[in-house]
Amino acid sequence: MSDMTTETSGTETPGITAKAEQSGLAKRWELLIVVAITLIFLFLVPAFISGFRLGLLGRFLSLAIVALGIDLIWGFTGLLSLGHGIFFALGGYAIAMNLQLNTLPEGAIPDFFSLYGVSQLPWFWQPCYSSGFSPVAIFLIPSIIAGLLGYLVFRNRIRGVYFSILTQAALVVFFNFFNGQQKLINGTNGLKTNTTELFGMSVGGNVMQFYFYCATVVFLALAYLLCRWLTSGRFGRMLIAIRDDENRVRFSGYDPTAFKVLVFAVSGGIAGIAGALYTVQSGIVSPQYMSIAFSIEMVIWVAVGGRASLVGAIVGALVVNWGKTLLSEQYPDIWLFFQGALFLIVVTVLPDGIIGWFRYRAKDDLRSLFGKPPVVATYPRLEVDETVRQEADLYGKTQPVDPTTSTAPIKSGENS
Amino acid sequence: MTAAATQSSSQSSPAQAPPLLDIKDVTVSFDGFKAINGLNFQVGDRGLRVIIGPNGAGKTTFLDVITGKVQPTEGKALFKGKDIKSMPEHAIARLGIGRKFQTPRVYLNLTPRENLELSCNRVKTVWHTLFKPTPKAEARTVGGLLQTIGLTANAHTPAALPSLVEKQWLEIGMLVAQSPDLLLVDEPVAGLTDEETERTGDLLLSLAESHGVIVIEHDMEFVRQIAQQNKVTVLHEGSVLCEGTMDEIQNDPRVIKVYLGDPDAI
Repeated sequence: MSDMTTETSGTETPGITAKAEQSGLAKRWELLIVVAITLIFLFLVPAFISGFRLGLLGRFLSLAIVALGIDLIWGFTGLLSLGHGIFFALGGYAIAMNLQLNTLPEGAIPDFFSLYGVSQLPWFWQPCYSSGFSPVAIFLIPSIIAGLLGYLVFRNRIRGVYFSILTQAALVVFFNFFNGQQKLINGTNGLKTNTTELFGMSVGGNVMQFYFYCATVVFLALAYLLCRWLTSGRFGRMLIAIRDDENRVRFSGYDPTAFKVLVFAVSGGIAGIAGALYTVQSGIVSPQYMSIAFSIEMVIWVAVGGRASLVGAIVGALVVNWGKTLLSEQYPDIWLFFQGALFLIVVTVLPDGIIGWFRYRAKDDLRSLFGKPPVVATYPRLEVDETVRQEADLYGKTQPVDPTTSTAPIKSGENS
Repeated sequence: MTAAATQSSSQSSPAQAPPLLDIKDVTVSFDGFKAINGLNFQVGDRGLRVIIGPNGAGKTTFLDVITGKVQPTEGKALFKGKDIKSMPEHAIARLGIGRKFQTPRVYLNLTPRENLELSCNRVKTVWHTLFKPTPKAEARTVGGLLQTIGLTANAHTPAALPSLVEKQWLEIGMLVAQSPDLLLVDEPVAGLTDEETERTGDLLLSLAESHGVIVIEHDMEFVRQIAQQNKVTVLHEGSVLCEGTMDEIQNDPRVIKVYLGDPDAI
């Protein structure tokens, strides 16, 4: 309330308040909260919801991981990728082939190869025999491909909508390649994982599925912490600087290409992990993961949750997917309309997404419900404004005068 | 004319040390249109140089050439004796050329302190930015700069909020934080009040004591304030028309003809 004043500071400042530097204490609190939520999801949630719902939740949580990756490059760095399905699917294929090979007896190759007359495992699948390779590959291979793609694009200073179109074109290329290569990757049928075994247990079985759920929760927490670390320090401010004015960054002596390549590679790697976790929980990976609609959906989750907010990305992925499930159960015929309406609402009413609304507008919107005027931020803040200070001294007060309680006539929504 | 320009600039720089910035016969042509045409220009380590010229004289293109945004079609651009002609912008900036843009370009979503810290960072690699915290010395420099530009109290609010003059100063602060040897300042007082203009002029003059400063400006009042004993270069149609002190410039019939038009205007 103390920052109420008679002058407004323009329209571009919704809710921008003094942001104190994040202290070590705040960081410790945040870590504590993340750990607490992780533990709740690990131990409390499974006790309360059915196995079927838990399986759904596990899949949605893995989608939340890819949403984090998208937020990292879109919300923070301003790179709108419409091709994250590539990295998502690559992670899925890596884990699926590893599971298939490890389930089969020594020397045998998955069934589908024989259908197309392939008797030898293609060379690029060879490393998947090693069970140590795959956990690395699901992060590393998408990362490397994202890094290469990013390097070629960013080095040539392709930005904005051209970048988005290019990523989508890349997606189509990958989709068609995976769809067409029956002999190498079983084409449009994809690779199944639910009939495979891991540690002597069926991957599709309840026990294994519960473990995968737990792994997803842990990986989501880790991905969150990684993104948080990347975006909070100097590096994160650099990303925001690149998003806001890339050319200025160059003249300050930074090479934005290197930063963008790194962050795009990290984002791709995160998508790879998400894809692997999603694959083992849904039982199959297929080129459908590289469909254009799915990659666009990923972006929508982030938009709904709130760009440049990591929590928003997670919330958006969960809300949209959970809503989609509930609505499609209740109204199987018309649920797509709800989805469309949701996106319209976000674009028109909540441009900053759900978390963005909480962050910037919730306070004012709630106040207006009770007929109170919005809190007006001033620049400079009243506490540091010299004139206000002098006046306060003059009237013998140490605190700035709150204009809503003073008798002076002021122009605001409320006449007190 | 080219010969005259070279001659006049060689007088100012001592013969033994190479000039800080040496532009030799630079031509920039966009699809045949020569924005800069056989330009010769030199500045020393220290001191302030003002560049004036009518619209379309090639002033901003000239800055673009020095900062690597535009590559010259012909000629040489030497900075500290190094050819910067084909270097990317960030490499030139690291070499020691800082640029302030006409409209203040600060990062609006970052606070003034963060803006300054990004510029102050000495090692601008990804690795260093990611893994190393801001050194204490840099934090102190930033604190001092905030004091100088008068944004200490608002160091933690987003830089979108400050007024135009504060943003202009913040950008100049970012430039100083970068600690370049040569500062390029493009119309620093556009849109400022008289008092603010004067303060900005004083700031630039004090910077010129330890850096090379090139100021591009339209505002004649301001040029007179900062030019003092410093040389003024007049650009016209992409080349140097003449160089000299403000008095000489004002009385040069060619300048009066192409730029000032009416001698009473200045």
